[in-house]
Amino acid sequence: MVSVRRSTVIEAPIEAVWEILRDFNGHDRWHPAVRRSHLDGNKRTDQISAIRNFELTEGENLREQLLSMSDKDHSFRYAIVESDIPLQNYIAEVSLKRVTDGNCTFWSWTSKFDTPRGREQELAQLVAEGVYEAGFEAVRSRLTTTRTLSRHSFSSSAPSTQSQSGTALSGMAIGINRHGGPEEMHAIEVTAAPPGPGEVRLRQTAIGVNYIDVYCRSGYFDLLKPPGVPGMEAVGIVESVGEGVRHLSPGQRVGYACPPVGAYASVRTMSAALVVPLPDDIDDVTAAAALLKGMAAEFLLHRVHQVKKEDVVLVYAPAGGVGRILCQWANSLGAKVIGATSNEEKARVARAEGAHHVILPGNRSLEEQVMEITKGHGADVIFDAVGKDSFDHSVAALATCGHLVSFGQASGDIGARDISSLASKSVTISRPNFGHYTDTPEKVAAITKRLFDAIRRHVITIEVGQQYPLSRAADAHRALEARETTGSSVLIPDDYKKGQK
Amino acid sequence: MPSVYTSTVIAAQADRVWSVIRDFNALPDWTEFVVDSRIEEGLPSDKIGCVRAFRLENGGFIREKLLALSDYDYSFSYSILESPMGVENYVATVKLFPITDGGHTFAEWSAEFDCAPDREQELIDHISTNVFLGGLTSLKSQMGG
Repeated sequence: MVSVRRSTVIEAPIEAVWEILRDFNGHDRWHPAVRRSHLDGNKRTDQISAIRNFELTEGENLREQLLSMSDKDHSFRYAIVESDIPLQNYIAEVSLKRVTDGNCTFWSWTSKFDTPRGREQELAQLVAEGVYEAGFEAVRSRLTTTRTLSRHSFSSSAPSTQSQSGTALSGMAIGINRHGGPEEMHAIEVTAAPPGPGEVRLRQTAIGVNYIDVYCRSGYFDLLKPPGVPGMEAVGIVESVGEGVRHLSPGQRVGYACPPVGAYASVRTMSAALVVPLPDDIDDVTAAAALLKGMAAEFLLHRVHQVKKEDVVLVYAPAGGVGRILCQWANSLGAKVIGATSNEEKARVARAEGAHHVILPGNRSLEEQVMEITKGHGADVIFDAVGKDSFDHSVAALATCGHLVSFGQASGDIGARDISSLASKSVTISRPNFGHYTDTPEKVAAITKRLFDAIRRHVITIEVGQQYPLSRAADAHRALEARETTGSSVLIPDDYKKGQK
Repeated sequence: MPSVYTSTVIAAQADRVWSVIRDFNALPDWTEFVVDSRIEEGLPSDKIGCVRAFRLENGGFIREKLLALSDYDYSFSYSILESPMGVENYVATVKLFPITDGGHTFAEWSAEFDCAPDREQELIDHISTNVFLGGLTSLKSQMGG
């Protein structure tokens, strides 16, 4: 059970605050989250058991019943009886107390409720900030615009906690002003504009770190033109959606792994098309670590090449991010998995991830070792992101009618090749691009469905070795470039962490 | 039944304020009108039912019994067993509420009692101003604001 308690002091007499709050059907006149309110039947607004119907600014509907009200105690309690937002067994209490020393009002707003598993924090935050704190601010500004302040002054909560779609949402991001090393990454203040048509605005909760981010930062890839914000993968909560966005709604947990860059931020407005809802049983950090690499593994094993039982699959860098997932997944598909790596330590990792054999550099070439392991058959499919150094060995290690999937070039460009020589084995070569397999909502939905299912069934496991505050993204890059990391690295926005304490 | 209610905002975290006032024997530490206090029978000051006996600056002697103490609610209640005020069935409660917006504390001190009808207003004024507001004001300055 989740418990939320928020309280504030309003610089107005208790009678003035109570006059606003006691109208159980009046939230649409002051609360920014409530667009419309009406009562069931012909009950009065202060009649116990009255039910109010809220249509929220973000479109959801909910019904709440008045359980008790006391003019003596300046308090009332209510329960949610029906809601589009999954708040279960929700009972809340609004209570005012007179501050006799200063003629102002102490206002507490508390509740207890249940949520679907894994959504406790997110929904507690929604209730605390989007409903209670936003309500405090609305009543405060309503009362204090018509009053001169009395002698006390109290700090008020940041206006950015309001969930109003019409205003910019402020947050922080990690930006670079020019290409270079990790030292070029600086924390900057950003605002996320209200979402336009087809857009979504997110409060991000976990951000995946990928090697491509290093390339964007250094300028090796031209995906990020400074000044700008790196990052291609994150998870968060929908704050609001623009016109025409049907598949997302405020409060929903979502994630994405797609260009354009800009994921290293606590708030972000972006195209909603490639943003997908997350299932309740996949937590934020896992999803942020899994999306980009897992989606790549999904289309490599199921779409670029459909790996079948008994296929011989050769995976380069089997201890790396995508490599591990390829080994695990190919193994569970019944393939015979061979990893090709550089040292015994990584070989151990590869075997643990499901590689049946591991090839290390030695006296004999890679193709000779593959042919020996496969008794002269060769590899039916090779997943090769090494590029220049591996290409010719890969072709030589293929089986007849084998398929070389070249999905990266860590060692450099492959350069020009004569394709007529490929006829000796009827070789097929693919050069897939992540973007082309993930460029429509339908493709992303299908890929992530199978990915989440694989995580759920423990076909693949996502190891998050490092978590850093977003403000320390430079440290995450340093560790990644120094190869000091294990598994995936995830950044957690600092203000999100603070909000969870 | 006459009642008194006094409240204020203290510029300190509720945890800190509570650590000062939770000790039923600590009135001399945070009020200006209590000169010495002891718990009868050598009981711990957080034992429900213990009695504090204290003397006021003006010489008055008071005995009060701890009826309730809650670390969870930051509150305690007590009754007066003996006092020069001329009140009966006097039960008072002190309670703190954290103000999540800003980190300060809302503090309230309330009481209900019986007394001779012609002394009612005089006692309400005395308790609310001299005792409760006086106590809360010195608590505020004790907490640094």
